[in-house]
Amino acid sequence: MSVTVLKKTSILNTPSDNLVLSSRANLAQNILAWIGQSFLFLVTATAAMIVLFIIFYIAKNAIPFFQIQGLTEFFTSAEWYPSGDPPAFGVLAIMLGSTLVTLGAIVVTVPLGVAAAVCLSDILPFSISQTIKPIVEILAAIPSVAYGFFALVIFAPLLQEEGGRLLMVGWYLLAVPFLFIITIVISEMLTFKITHESSRKTARTAALFVLGGSFIALLIFVGNTLGNLTITTGTNALNVSIILGIMALPTVVSVSQDALQAVGRELRDASYALGATRAETLIKVIMPAASGGIFIAVLLGIMRALGETMVVWMASGNAAQIPSPWFNYLQPVRTLTATIAGDMGEADQVTGSSRYHVLFAMGLILLMFCFLCNLVSEWIVSRQRKKLRGEN
Amino acid sequence: MKRLNQKRIKNLWAIALLAVALVTPTTWAKETDQLVLDGSTTLGPIAKAFAEYYMAKNPGVNVTVNESGSGNGAKSLINRTCDIASMSRFMKAKEFIAAVNKGVMPVAHVVAMDGLPVLVHPSNPVKALTVKQIRDIYSGKITNWNQVGGPNLAIVMISRDTNSGTYETFHKLIMTHKVDGKKIKEKISKKAEYVGSNGGIRTRVQSTPAAIGYAGLGFIDKTVKALKVNDIYPTRETVTSGKYPISRPLFMITNGYPKLGSHTHAFVTLYLSEKGQEIIEDIGFVPVTKY
Repeated sequence: MSVTVLKKTSILNTPSDNLVLSSRANLAQNILAWIGQSFLFLVTATAAMIVLFIIFYIAKNAIPFFQIQGLTEFFTSAEWYPSGDPPAFGVLAIMLGSTLVTLGAIVVTVPLGVAAAVCLSDILPFSISQTIKPIVEILAAIPSVAYGFFALVIFAPLLQEEGGRLLMVGWYLLAVPFLFIITIVISEMLTFKITHESSRKTARTAALFVLGGSFIALLIFVGNTLGNLTITTGTNALNVSIILGIMALPTVVSVSQDALQAVGRELRDASYALGATRAETLIKVIMPAASGGIFIAVLLGIMRALGETMVVWMASGNAAQIPSPWFNYLQPVRTLTATIAGDMGEADQVTGSSRYHVLFAMGLILLMFCFLCNLVSEWIVSRQRKKLRGEN
Repeated sequence: MKRLNQKRIKNLWAIALLAVALVTPTTWAKETDQLVLDGSTTLGPIAKAFAEYYMAKNPGVNVTVNESGSGNGAKSLINRTCDIASMSRFMKAKEFIAAVNKGVMPVAHVVAMDGLPVLVHPSNPVKALTVKQIRDIYSGKITNWNQVGGPNLAIVMISRDTNSGTYETFHKLIMTHKVDGKKIKEKISKKAEYVGSNGGIRTRVQSTPAAIGYAGLGFIDKTVKALKVNDIYPTRETVTSGKYPISRPLFMITNGYPKLGSHTHAFVTLYLSEKGQEIIEDIGFVPVTKY
């Protein structure tokens, strides 16, 4: 309708004539727009198709393995001798290796990453956090082979020579502040019901002494035990866990900081207005409100650690064993990703063999786990969105 | 307003099309003489030194050396993605059959000899082991250095990855033995660590006092100690004469005998020349010819 109006005015007014397109130009433009849109659609569709194709291809190549070898050995045996005669394809030890390394990385990266994110978003002045964040993000720009080289050439010998003492220092650094806070909190919790002022104070002091004393004993006992440990091999699960934890750090920091920032000024101001201290606001208001985002950060960190190949191939030792006891981080382990990377060359040779398909079966396991992580994070995002809209 | 937007969109599309046109390659790389090698990391130093020498002598020829393990070398040759497969073991029956089925006729050229020295940390007092002791260490029957006359230290076994010719050779010459006339292949203990390259083995052994590893002859240096095996120290003489128990030939494998006068032919016969033997000796391997 507006077109006709414009046309009429254009007859009267020559300067505005160029604002109006002839019908031919209009058609050309529509066609161009259509071409553009379909091109964009094609690009997007290709990306989606590639994902589907990868899943299809991996599954297609993984299924023959289970058809030939069955499920039992793959999931329950720890015997990994793919080139043996007869070959053994037990992946249990390798899956445990992946799990151990990923868990270790999470233990390293989550406390550090979340603490750093809180510090960046709520504690440091804006200008300083703006400088520090890019520096943390540089960690993501370092190629993984450089991390692997560091782990193999510098960190592994260091662990062998100074391993016990390093562990002891690490233990003290982590445990002293943690146990200190725990002592205070527990003794408060034990005694806050006592109504009489002075007896409460006495009880609290007594509790502090008892708890504090036993914790100090524990601290020194564990510290000494760790200090006397000798690490025979530096390429072990601990080494890789720490390095992977550092590698996952930028992801965890960035995503959790974004989540903390997204909580918004209003909630913080409301909390302060109610008389909450900064610590209370952080712990009781902001962290719970951002918990979904932080959880997603953790999931992304898990996927980063689980999928990393070069570092584990170089520095985890690649021994397909179940450490004894199974949680012994000081022994070498082998991960799914490193096995796929390391066995590819030999296996591809005899296409159609179990040795070739078992790698795809492992790939499928990895893929399924990451897919699961993705689904969970999607679910969290949608739940969070509902909550924010007040639907709950 | 609507018109204006459409015009802007049109402009955007023009720019986008232009960009696509620009990134579409208009000129293709000029055809050069290419020689591609793929395979063993043991042969890596030889292949690279040969390539360097060959490219300096024949400007305009581009020699690419990939080191992805003997297995990958064979695979590349079969898939015709390389001209020469450098392999530290001969092709397996399966590989050979796969090659012939694809019309690739593998021809082996033995370019050098190599021994696999058994390496330990320089601080380790153990000086010699027998083949049986090495086999027992790697199969997990001997777990402490004090069982073979060393200090009280748990042995850290380091092996090449199963993708390498070095592993195959070690497995064939050490882990396989005859009991009552029957061939028995011992499994390498699950506790053994696997490393992806010979250099990686040396790195691990030189920094780990309790380690034992094996690598190519060219990888012995001051930072690691090579052991006598069955009382024979790995040297050029003992390796070529076969006295040293873990000796092997190193192959370059081509598809058929290369056409005389071709770059491939010149390259795989380089080891016969004086310069070629010099290169092989310099890197620490043993030339097959004596002059």
